Amino acid sequence: MTAIVKSHAGDGTDADALAPIVEQRRWLGLTVTTWQKILAPVAIGLLVLGLWELIVWKMAVPYYILPGPWRILQALVTDWKSLSGSLWITLQITGLALLAAVVLGALLSILFTQSKWLEMSLFPYAVILQVTPIVAIAPLIIIWVNDTLVSLLICAWIVAFFPILSNTILGLNSADHNLVNLFQLYGANRWQTLRYLRLPAALPYFLGGLRISGGLALIGAVVAEFVAGSGGTASGLAFRILEAGYQLKIPRMFAALVMVSGTGVLIFLVLSLVSYLLLRRWHESAVRREN
Amino acid sequence: MPAALRAIEPAVEASPARPVLHARGVAKRFSNGTLAVTGVDLDLRAGEFVSLLGPSGCGKSTLLRLIAGLGEASAGRIDWPTTDHDSHGRPMRDVGFVFQEATLMPWATAQRNVMLPLILKRVPAKEAAARADAALEAVGLGSFLQAYPRELSGGMKMRVSIARALVTRPRLLLMDEPFAALDEITRQKLNDDLLALWARQRFTVLFVTHSVFESVYLSQRIVVMAARPGRVIADVATDAPFPRDASFRISPEYAAACRTVSAKLHEAIVS
Ligand SMILES: Nc1ncnc2c1ncn2[C@@H]1O[C@H](COP(=O)(O)OP(=O)(O)O)[C@@H](O)[C@H]1O
Ligand SMILES: [Mg+2]
Repeated sequence: MTAIVKSHAGDGTDADALAPIVEQRRWLGLTVTTWQKILAPVAIGLLVLGLWELIVWKMAVPYYILPGPWRILQALVTDWKSLSGSLWITLQITGLALLAAVVLGALLSILFTQSKWLEMSLFPYAVILQVTPIVAIAPLIIIWVNDTLVSLLICAWIVAFFPILSNTILGLNSADHNLVNLFQLYGANRWQTLRYLRLPAALPYFLGGLRISGGLALIGAVVAEFVAGSGGTASGLAFRILEAGYQLKIPRMFAALVMVSGTGVLIFLVLSLVSYLLLRRWHESAVRREN
Repeated sequence: MPAALRAIEPAVEASPARPVLHARGVAKRFSNGTLAVTGVDLDLRAGEFVSLLGPSGCGKSTLLRLIAGLGEASAGRIDWPTTDHDSHGRPMRDVGFVFQEATLMPWATAQRNVMLPLILKRVPAKEAAARADAALEAVGLGSFLQAYPRELSGGMKMRVSIARALVTRPRLLLMDEPFAALDEITRQKLNDDLLALWARQRFTVLFVTHSVFESVYLSQRIVVMAARPGRVIADVATDAPFPRDASFRISPEYAAACRTVSAKLHEAIVS
């Protein structure tokens, strides 16, 4: 391995400035370190899958108890049509719930920071909504709301909403005290303080909440569908898992499970990228450090 | 008016400069009972460079914040004799404030940071940008307009902060230990550049510091404060001529002034 790392003395002296900066070697546009980051987990994954396949084969485990990775992949390919349709529905519910969580979470947190009274009187209910297990209220919501899709959406929203709300409130209140004074000094009104100070200061917190909420929206959608799925009307990925379970099509069940996890990972990656793109110029969490 | 000043601007300063600030018997007691300052009298005249010197905790920041209007005095009054007042009779204070930390918005470029006071005062963006650029030019950061704060050194950040305070051309510049966190060399450079800027633009400065040397080097007058309770115990004029430079730091006048002020400060601490 020829990892050539940027060499800096790091002590801020002139010698530091004179030290040759050796660019990392690149392969297909990516640096060696990036390749390491990608290849290491992939290697581990392949190893585990290989072992899994080996054990299933050597011990002759029946596929309706534990299918090997190869059989799951086959199920994924043969059932792709119905599975991808379900994936699309789950994605829609997750996406819409997340969107509603973003809009309502951001709006409510702005309202709360503008009026202490509003925050004091409503925030406890947001907490109650958050701490009540979604499986416990999902049946009620499904009974109350006629449209299954809408009820699933509400469930996913309830789960996804709180991290955005609480993080954004924290962010809006965490603007530098001296900067707040400075705005006061120049006679800034509420709107100006919000626009030029509180909102930008809250952005990193909001994005942190968003990344959590992305995963939670998916979990909310899947859990609610499990509850609704017993009614047999919905057809998202969770319903496919249930259905496959009843029919003892275990490879298909695993295939749907893989798709749920894959979707979760994808959502996380996309939101991380959004966060990085928005913060890379200024925020410590996103800037590339050279020391 | 010290002779030195008259030598620089004979035409403008023929008569005594107009008063900018007039404080009498100012006191501040915080809600927890701390009497931070009491009985402070302070006059500032246009174009003056005055230092506020005292041990830490003697109420320098508190006094500065009261003058800036960031908090109400518990007693006494702070008048702005030559400032317009709004319809409620409140003075339309026209101050710039420089904190000990640069206090920049990390998400905004140097230019955007300096534009802030103008944007808040609803100056059109284009004009605001032009004025911000000129202010950054004046503090020697003309080539860092688009740099983000994290890309700047401590001294450069402080320069941005000074540019932001001066971009509105305030009548009074309040500085709260602005260079205390900087290394000695950077601090001396910033002292010199601040004086050069002051000589050119002739704003009024109230400069808080706990360094005797800094106060003597920079100012025409040094107001010495004592702690517990915070109060003014001396008002020392330093008559050394401007412009001042490195040679002033090794002159007998400088040494003498430092001795005088140190003695006063010592009284402040033991009293
Ligand atoms: N917001 C506050 N509430 C209560 N006490 C305060 C507050 N701000 C400052 N003080 C107290 O007032 C005194 C003067 O503080 P300060 O003006 O910051 O002093 P300096 O700037 O000279 O170091 C100190 O004893 C400090 O603890
Ligand atoms: Mg202070």
